[in-house]
Amino acid sequence: MVKVIKVEHLSKAYQLGDFGTGTISRDLERFWARMRGKEDPFLKIGEVNDRTKKGESDIVWSLRDINFEVEKGDAIGIIGRNGAGKSTLLKVLSRVTSPTIGSVKIKGRVASLLEVGTGFHPELSGRENIFLNGAILGMRSAEIKRKFDEIVDFAGVERYIDTPVKRYSSGMYVRLAFAVAAHLEAEILVVDEVLAVGDAEFQKKCLGKMGDVSKGEGRTVLFVSHNMGSIRQLCDKGILLNNGEATFMGDTEAAIKNYMSSAATSKSGMAAVGTLKDIIKIKSVAVNNNPLDVIIMPKDEIVISIKYECFSHLPAFRMSFTLFKEGIRILTVQDLETCEPIEPGLYESKIKIPNYFLRPGAYTVSAGGHNTNHSNFSIGNTEWFFASDISSFEILEDWGENFDFNNLGIVNLLNTHGERKLIGELIS
Amino acid sequence: MNSPAEEEDWDIEITPKNSLLDMKLKDVWHYRDLLVLLVRRDFVAFYKQTVLGPLWFFLQPLATILLFNFVFANIAKISTGSIPPPVFYLAGTIIWNYFSDCLTKTSTAFKDNAAMLGKVYFPRLIMPLSIVFSNLIRFGVQFILFLLMMAIYSAKGFAIHPNLYLLLFPLMILLIAALGLGLGMMISAVTTKYRDLSFVISFGVPLLMYTTTVIYPLSTAQAKYPKYSWLIEYNPITIVIEAFRKGFLGEGSFSWDLLGYCVIVTAAILVTGTIIFNRVEKNFVDTV
Repeated sequence: MVKVIKVEHLSKAYQLGDFGTGTISRDLERFWARMRGKEDPFLKIGEVNDRTKKGESDIVWSLRDINFEVEKGDAIGIIGRNGAGKSTLLKVLSRVTSPTIGSVKIKGRVASLLEVGTGFHPELSGRENIFLNGAILGMRSAEIKRKFDEIVDFAGVERYIDTPVKRYSSGMYVRLAFAVAAHLEAEILVVDEVLAVGDAEFQKKCLGKMGDVSKGEGRTVLFVSHNMGSIRQLCDKGILLNNGEATFMGDTEAAIKNYMSSAATSKSGMAAVGTLKDIIKIKSVAVNNNPLDVIIMPKDEIVISIKYECFSHLPAFRMSFTLFKEGIRILTVQDLETCEPIEPGLYESKIKIPNYFLRPGAYTVSAGGHNTNHSNFSIGNTEWFFASDISSFEILEDWGENFDFNNLGIVNLLNTHGERKLIGELIS
Repeated sequence: MNSPAEEEDWDIEITPKNSLLDMKLKDVWHYRDLLVLLVRRDFVAFYKQTVLGPLWFFLQPLATILLFNFVFANIAKISTGSIPPPVFYLAGTIIWNYFSDCLTKTSTAFKDNAAMLGKVYFPRLIMPLSIVFSNLIRFGVQFILFLLMMAIYSAKGFAIHPNLYLLLFPLMILLIAALGLGLGMMISAVTTKYRDLSFVISFGVPLLMYTTTVIYPLSTAQAKYPKYSWLIEYNPITIVIEAFRKGFLGEGSFSWDLLGYCVIVTAAILVTGTIIFNRVEKNFVDTV
């Protein structure tokens, strides 16, 4: 096969924090070092980009020594956590920014879709914006003219085509923008998570269109997404990025598996509040045997387990588990049905959440416990402790039989016994 | 399998550094439709949702010369030679406006379009070029106003003598555009990282107008301040304005030496601007 992209020792350093009066002195220092033919002092102190740890310097390597080759017609999924360097990689590939070290060689035209609707001007009509946006993406006017009807048709906004886009709904805006990009005639298509917007029907249409692009027309696609379902559907190879380094490259399934088992190290110190905080101490938390930032497929059952130490006898104690999603409490459940006596020792409490119950998204886990005598319940009579944000997990999107695009909300019901029957004929 | 030679035949190479003088004109040429559309966008968006529409292009300079006429010709009594003051001011104003619009807009081009430039690649040079061209259209409109005014005043019998020097007009425009573009590119390169300079520009450019001969003829300055008049004389904008007045109105200080000097300075500024622009072009999205 013909190689269309060759990435060699690609690295990119970024400066964190603010640019201020300190910047100019450092710039001068760098300039002076370069003039004397010495190594750039700016780059020597760079460190691995782990957003969870407080670093020593304010220079990070967003990408570090990435090497790979892409063959014509490949559809490559780039996966990784937030801040792993996915978007930076796409930015370098689409020439928005340049690498600090290394090079990328490309054969053919590159169309990048890091954002939909780049350069749309709110005052201009849909028609004018199709031309403008197309030109920004590198199309010639004649080319856009030829495809104009197709684009409008794909977007499904024919009626509004001469209305300024500031009057469009956000969905229509995205449809129109994607439609332009989808009709690019580039040999290489670089796509960032743009499908996060738009309704389900349109998302499917876009995925289908991108699939056609890579499979049908033999063009090359590089695709970043958190949606494993679409990665699986679209890509035949995967690159896993972790803290700016490519930790895995190869078959999509293997890349996804690798991604899901890669767990960040546990947070230390689980600060708790409450009257019981010195009697019950949480030692560790695990979600499906991983401590933090666990990635879960919808088909997996979720097991949350907490190991804790009890330092003195409590007459009626039980542990409670709370899940939050975007700051909203989804549920609080207990490990035991009633409070039971507890003696000093090391314990493990567990709860299970059935698969396909929670909808995709990021969740955080908090835990607490209370020592309450049920026969004499009142707030003042309760001893408690609570530790918030001790673990987190993410349920990925994976659309299939059990997960319907059109089901929305927080919980997913596997079987609602939904039905439809005819209960009468219309009399005409 | 492919031969190695074939494999090394890459269309695009992305590397940390640019070659300094390469303006990538081939790339710019490919994106020429974008240039046209951006110019159109600027022009159309300027008067969208206004009642007077393109008339605003006329009203702005008209109001300016009205004020100049009142303050400088009537109150301060600065002589404009044999040329009627309104025509005199208009000639200076439209040239100065073209320069200052090119300069100020180019110097913030990166900052204003950061969102777009951060998401998609196109030759960055398109951005300042589109500014130069869309302002050229504005200048064209205002130039028509100038011609009208000229006709009116010469019909009234004022001494207005267009002559062969007006053949230099295209060169004048080229010089002004190149000056605005070159200086703007230099400034834009610095302001992506250090915003300080944009403050200097916002109050400095209007002040700079008084160091050119927009509101007074060069000969007056030379007569009054013979020691310092070289400051005004060697300002490239002054040279252009004077030559423009000489050609269209028949009165102005013009010398081939100064014009040659102006061409050299402009070329130097344009080349320096290009070099600086190429230095930052690749990475400015990280710092803007």
